[in-house]
Amino acid sequence: MTHDEALFQFLLRMGDNTLILGHRVSEWCGHSPVLEEDIALANTALDLIGQTQFWLGLAGEVEGKGRTADDLAFHRDAWDFRNLLLVELPNGDFGQTLMRQFLFDAYQSVLLGRLISSSDERVAAIAAKASKEVAYHVERSADTVVGLGDGTEESHARMQAALDYLWPYVGEMFTGDEVDAAMADTGIAPDPASLQEDFNVLISRVMGEATLSVPNAKYSHKGGRSGVMHTEHLGHLLTSMQWLQRAYPGAAW
Amino acid sequence: MAATRLSGGGVVIVDKPTTDQVWAWLDEVPDPEIPVISLVDLGIIRGVEWQGDTLEIAVTPTYSGCPATSVINLDIVTALGAKGVDKVRLRQQIAPPWTTDWLSDKGREKLEKYGIAPPQAAGGPARCPQCGGEDLERVSQFGSTPCKASWRCRTCLEPFDYFKCI
Repeated sequence: MTHDEALFQFLLRMGDNTLILGHRVSEWCGHSPVLEEDIALANTALDLIGQTQFWLGLAGEVEGKGRTADDLAFHRDAWDFRNLLLVELPNGDFGQTLMRQFLFDAYQSVLLGRLISSSDERVAAIAAKASKEVAYHVERSADTVVGLGDGTEESHARMQAALDYLWPYVGEMFTGDEVDAAMADTGIAPDPASLQEDFNVLISRVMGEATLSVPNAKYSHKGGRSGVMHTEHLGHLLTSMQWLQRAYPGAAW
Repeated sequence: MAATRLSGGGVVIVDKPTTDQVWAWLDEVPDPEIPVISLVDLGIIRGVEWQGDTLEIAVTPTYSGCPATSVINLDIVTALGAKGVDKVRLRQQIAPPWTTDWLSDKGREKLEKYGIAPPQAAGGPARCPQCGGEDLERVSQFGSTPCKASWRCRTCLEPFDYFKCI
């Protein structure tokens, strides 16, 4: 794998995480429990899609085959996506959506904090821009996890169930491979394992306030970042997200 | 060494507006979402430079996914075209990232008069833009556009937008 091939894979991972989660979150638009939450989810999705344009735009540039961010988003099939399995999981109820959002925001806030000092100034610039937005996302998702976790008996039970369901998808964030090793060697991105400590501190604090217990299970579902095996949910998501470009290739307006 | 001279007579003198003039024109282009302030007030115009006969404008997005970005780009080209500048190149510049510190003082005043509380380093609005009350509560960190949050005044009981500080 050449340096640029590894960088391309790294950028796909960044851009596919924000793209797929952005699409998932946008599915709530018009369906949230209250108006303010609807607006907050739509705003979060919008930020994520905006960040995707930067990550996938740079990925296309690095790849050097003339593919744009839109080409990468709409003309790849499931096996070419490099997002964490966590972000492609269905929304579930509002609590599960916000629990997934918090787990991702916590990871992303730690990761972007490191990427701001990336040796690649293009990566550093996107990270600096995105981290300002993610600071708002993590503040809100943490508040909501605390509010619902330490809420009523019903909301507490649902948030604990969401955490139990989603936790086995967290390990993938910190499992490195040869792409990560190449990025770490050149100072472009940190070794994923090095993010875990800061992540755990944030998770412990928020789950403590939320009166939720982090499961002990050691098993992690993997295969999204490497593209080896996605869940069946990604294909369904893409069917909806890519429909227009599949039906009318190259359509523009 | 022989001196080389350009032959006279064929030189066309183009009256290019100065960059100061261009800044003044851009200060008349309203933000599409909050039309009381200009693009210059918002702090998103990061550079104006002539490159040969092409005017290059560096623009930075407020939020990554702000849907107004494409409208803003179109408005810049249209406004400069109306002043006779046809060759305009827009360059997206994301570093350093936009910050509300770049909002002009004039822009802050206009925001408040319009009913949007301007950003404060403390993280929340200083007073209600409608009645000036200081007993305020946050409704949501998010609002009707990516750059705003929703607040309410406990004195006049009216909701209002607060321009988020980033």
